[in-house]
Amino acid sequence: MGNELLFAGTGAALLETDSGDFGFMIKLLKEFKIFGVKLNITSTHISLVIVTITLLIVGCLVGRIVKRVNASDTPGTVQNIAELVVEMLDNMVNGIMGKEARRFVNYISTLFVFVLLCNISGLFGLRAPTADYGVTLPLGIITFCMIHYCGLKKNKMKHLTDMCHPVVLTPINIIGELAVPISLSLRLFGNIMSGTVLMGLIYMLPRYVTVGIPAAAHVYFDIFSGCIQAYVICMLTMVYITDKISD
Amino acid sequence: MDNITGQEFINAMSAIGAGIAMIAGVGPGIGQGYAAGQAAAAVGRNPGAKSDITSTMLLGQAVAETTGLYGLAVAIILMFVKPFK
Repeated sequence: MGNELLFAGTGAALLETDSGDFGFMIKLLKEFKIFGVKLNITSTHISLVIVTITLLIVGCLVGRIVKRVNASDTPGTVQNIAELVVEMLDNMVNGIMGKEARRFVNYISTLFVFVLLCNISGLFGLRAPTADYGVTLPLGIITFCMIHYCGLKKNKMKHLTDMCHPVVLTPINIIGELAVPISLSLRLFGNIMSGTVLMGLIYMLPRYVTVGIPAAAHVYFDIFSGCIQAYVICMLTMVYITDKISD
Repeated sequence: MDNITGQEFINAMSAIGAGIAMIAGVGPGIGQGYAAGQAAAAVGRNPGAKSDITSTMLLGQAVAETTGLYGLAVAIILMFVKPFK
C-alpha cells in the first residue's frame, strides 16, 4: 500500500506510509472492493464507531435516569451534571443566536459534544478521528449547506443577488463563500493533526525521556486544544448562520 | 555522497520545503499575541465583561490561525504524503 492522498468518502486523507512506522498516521486495517470502488477500513472508522457508541450509551443512560425523576425530588448527581452540561450549551447558543437559538440548539449541541469527544479520544489511546480530513470536511459541508439553506429561506433571491452587489466583486464573493467550509474543516483538522503528530514524535523519543513529559503534552494537545477547537467550530458555525438570518 | 538518487534528492528537498512552509507560523503568532494582549487590556479596563471578551478573543484568534494552518497543511502533505515521486 503506497502512500496516497485519498478523497473524502473513503474516509482517509493520510494513510500510513511504506517507509517507516509512524505511530501517528492513519492505519489501514482492511481493504475491499464494492462495484469496483476501493474502500478502506481504517483506524479512523474504528475510533468513530467507538466514540459514537460511547455517546449513544451515555445519552441513553442519562435519558433514562432523568426521565424517571419527579419534579419535586431532590436532583441526584447524574441529573445535576446533565443539567449543567445542557445549560452551558444552551447559554452558548443563546449568547450568539438570540431568538433563533431554539432552531439550532440541537445541532450545535450535538456537534459540540461529538467534536469534543473526538478530540479528547487521543487521551484514551485512540487515534483522534478529527485528525482525518475525511471527518472534518463533512462537518464543514454541513455548515455550508445550513448557511445557504437558512439564507435562501430568510432572504429568498436577495440572498443570491447580494453576492454580486458590486458586480466587479462577484468572483471574489463566490470564492469567499466557498472558502468557508474549507477553512472551517482545515482549522479543526490542522489543530488536531498537529497535536497528534507532535504526540507521536514525543513518543518516538528515547525511553528515559518519555517519562512524565507525554502527560503534560497530552493535557495541552488533547484536552486544552481539543476543548478550544470544539468551542471554536461551534462558535464559527453559529456566527456564519446568524450572519445570514439576522435582519 | 556522490551517489544520491533522484528520489532521495526529492525527499530531502521536500523536507526543506516543509521547513520553509512552516515560516507561515510567524504571522498567526504575532496576530494571536496581539489579540490576547488587547483582550487582557480590555479585561483590565472592564473586568465585568470578561466572558464576552474571552469568547470574542478566541473567535478572532481562531480566524487569525487559518493562514498558519494552511502552511501546516502544506508541510504535512510534503512530509508524509510525498506528492512528488
